[in-house]
Amino acid sequence: MDQQNIYQPYLMEIEKITEEAPMVKTFRLKFKNEEEGNNFSFHTGQFGEYSVFGEGEVTFCVASPHTRKGYIECTFREAGRVTSELASLNEGDTIGFRGPYGNIFPIDDWKGKSLLFIAGGIALPPMRSVIWSCLDKRDQFKDITILYGAKSVADLVYKDELAEWKERPDVKLVTTVDPGGETPDWKGEVGFVPTILDRMTPISENTIAIVCGPPVMIKFTFPILEKYGFADGQVYTTLENRMKCGLGKCGRCNVGKVFVCKDGPVFTRTQLKELPDEY
Amino acid sequence: MSDLIKKVTALLNDKTINAFIGYEKGSANRIRAIFVRTEDQVQKLILNASCTQNLTGYLMKHEVKKLGKLGILANVAALRSIMQLASEFQIKDGEVYVLFANADGSLTEFTDFKSIETFLQTTDTGIKSEEQEMIAKLEAMTVNERWLFWNKEFEKCIKCYACRAACPMCYCHRCTTDVNQPQWIPVASHELGNLDYHLMRAMHLAGRCVNCGECATACPMDIPLNLLTYQLISPIKATFDATAGMKADAMYALSTYKPDDKENFII
Amino acid sequence: MEKQLKILKYSDLSKLIEKFRSQGYPVLAPVRKGKVVEIEQVQSLDEIALDVLLSTQSAKKAAFPKVEKVLEYTLEKSGTKQFPVDPADYKETILFGVRPCDASGFKSLDAIFGEEPKDQFYLEKKGKSTIISFSCPVADEYCFCTSVGGGPGNTAGSDLQFTGISKEEILVEILTEKGEKLAATFADLLTDAGKDIDKSKFLADVKVVFDVDGVVEKTTASFNNTALWLEQSLRCIGCGACAFVCPTCACFDFQDEQNTKKGVRLRLWDSCGFSLFTLHTSGHNPREVQSQRWRQRIMHKFAYMPEQLHVVGCEGCGRCSRACPVDMNIKEHLTAIGEKVIV
Repeated sequence: MDQQNIYQPYLMEIEKITEEAPMVKTFRLKFKNEEEGNNFSFHTGQFGEYSVFGEGEVTFCVASPHTRKGYIECTFREAGRVTSELASLNEGDTIGFRGPYGNIFPIDDWKGKSLLFIAGGIALPPMRSVIWSCLDKRDQFKDITILYGAKSVADLVYKDELAEWKERPDVKLVTTVDPGGETPDWKGEVGFVPTILDRMTPISENTIAIVCGPPVMIKFTFPILEKYGFADGQVYTTLENRMKCGLGKCGRCNVGKVFVCKDGPVFTRTQLKELPDEY
Repeated sequence: MSDLIKKVTALLNDKTINAFIGYEKGSANRIRAIFVRTEDQVQKLILNASCTQNLTGYLMKHEVKKLGKLGILANVAALRSIMQLASEFQIKDGEVYVLFANADGSLTEFTDFKSIETFLQTTDTGIKSEEQEMIAKLEAMTVNERWLFWNKEFEKCIKCYACRAACPMCYCHRCTTDVNQPQWIPVASHELGNLDYHLMRAMHLAGRCVNCGECATACPMDIPLNLLTYQLISPIKATFDATAGMKADAMYALSTYKPDDKENFII
Repeated sequence: MEKQLKILKYSDLSKLIEKFRSQGYPVLAPVRKGKVVEIEQVQSLDEIALDVLLSTQSAKKAAFPKVEKVLEYTLEKSGTKQFPVDPADYKETILFGVRPCDASGFKSLDAIFGEEPKDQFYLEKKGKSTIISFSCPVADEYCFCTSVGGGPGNTAGSDLQFTGISKEEILVEILTEKGEKLAATFADLLTDAGKDIDKSKFLADVKVVFDVDGVVEKTTASFNNTALWLEQSLRCIGCGACAFVCPTCACFDFQDEQNTKKGVRLRLWDSCGFSLFTLHTSGHNPREVQSQRWRQRIMHKFAYMPEQLHVVGCEGCGRCSRACPVDMNIKEHLTAIGEKVIV
């Protein structure tokens, strides 16, 4: 009943582990069954349930872009039972993956527009999938700006990719760390993401803003976007809530009538405003 | 107007308390808790022989605490719960206004721990005779018979945690059952999961259970859970000369070392 | 299919159970266990408590048990191997002597588990269950089936329904093809019933106490009425008794259990009343206090499910109220919501 058991994960081999920041790792995962891998596809914004057998499952967005086939990546911070076990695994070990679940960032609708990515801390991973998916089709978009902030320099994830984006002439990257988080040789900005965004005086015309970060960052970033004329429909974010099934059945991730797993996790600010405060 | 209604009205009017936890008529022939803050609610207060629920569990509930200074209608078990909660630093002296319902319907007010302690010294705090009979039966069983008895009872358990939720002493923000690093107790309501949970809970109530019986009353599957914790009362008394819920400044028997502690459990 | 009416003698019920057993069907029926009544596998009629108002738990566990395996695996040096859990392991089963609210309760579960992607663990078991409900000759003050579209003789969800029409005779309504197939196996015990039997004469009188559409409408509009939810839930102690005895509550958890070589992933009942249900690892909890969790319980059944799955998630059986240790009476709370003037 392989096809019928909706809770049966694919078996994945950990092909590569990258230490991103303290307690933060990226796993590159390869399908153990090649056929399953060939048949697998997803879109940017979607998530999955990753399992460590014997410990349980944990929910993350797929952090790699959907334009790259043959593997998926996830980036996680060691926090609870499953992520702690995940962090103790080695390359070559096997984990489970169910997915892809949820809706997507409608990047095809963004053709011809400028994109402004705003991410904080460990929320860059879900956005990294979108960023690379757009960069892989770079000619379809106008300006691409990335504002990324973390608590400290050490907490910035994807340091190699940040360096790569910094070098690219077709990407404007602004990195910032919270006051006190800078090192003597830090060349980026110092300040909270909303403050830096304000300083950047973003242009809202024909631009889509994609915001991912901790609730407090989102709370203070939205008013800045509003100040620069971003309409609610121009602003996208991705929500997270505790999940078990990922399929709209187990009953815990709903925000009012909306299931984050099934109706989300991607929402526009227009949709967000209609949701009750339950996330 | 009953004495209770008069008294609570006065307490609310002079702002001695902001809310009073008492009893009202419930569904069918049941009695249930009411959180009195208004004139209308005061009129719903009742007091009769059926008002047996130990209401002190509510003193630990977040949204009840937020109502402000609380008054509570207490029976003997509730007074002992208050003493035990005090000894565990969960309630401060004077924090809760206590009205005790005497058997004749008259009310005694307690505004400090000392007066409750004094009162309890001359009050029957023992286990009911029918419960004593059940315990005697259990104790007369062989270990194997007792094991089978409890396994049969735990078979019914659905792990709704009503016993824990109803127990005034189960106020932990994160119960051992809910800890998952490591997962001490299997979450599933299967044979091992049920057994582990109930044994863990009984152990955590040894020397703390005030024999109110709320756990058994709460159980929708009619498991006599009170017998499990009641059985631990006399060994604690015999070994450490300690009885739960009698003194506000009591030291907890199982976490207090005394040089003359019996060591007869060491084989 | 068109409903068929037959007569069965009470004195033949025992033979009926024997027939089911001899054909190899497991028979699940209400069994008295002290003060509680459980739905369990029985061998003969004398074990069955047909006179009880309602079993303590609902019949949902026949298709959605409190613990069930959804995955098996071994952990080997060469890598983890998974073994599928085969739904063919489930046998054709008869649910006997359950109440109409048990039978109709499955429609909520059907909606949740039957929605894409389909949950075969539930659907296989449900599909292999034939439900013989007994209509209700009596009701108590917790019952409110008629207020949520059901009734003491409601046939929705039943394959066969039995109604006692005299001391000797039972009216058998054959309602579905599955029921017809099963009835064919005991056709020798059945005689034709006259067309003019008025079943309603033999049913309990359950008064309608609220207008369900009004309650749905007002519940939907009441999310932000924090005072309402707080007032209703102050005495709620946050256990899961209501959810676990409920015929329509379907929320679940997964837990892994393993030894050094192999393990299983289990699906367990869970409840929105528990504070841990929505707790994030970070410590943040979107439903932090009990009043929010009580709101979720009511809104899920009376606002979200009607809108998204076109079914009210409540059968009015009143089990939650009977099981509640602190007398949270859902009928009373829903009536209050229905009477509330929305401002």
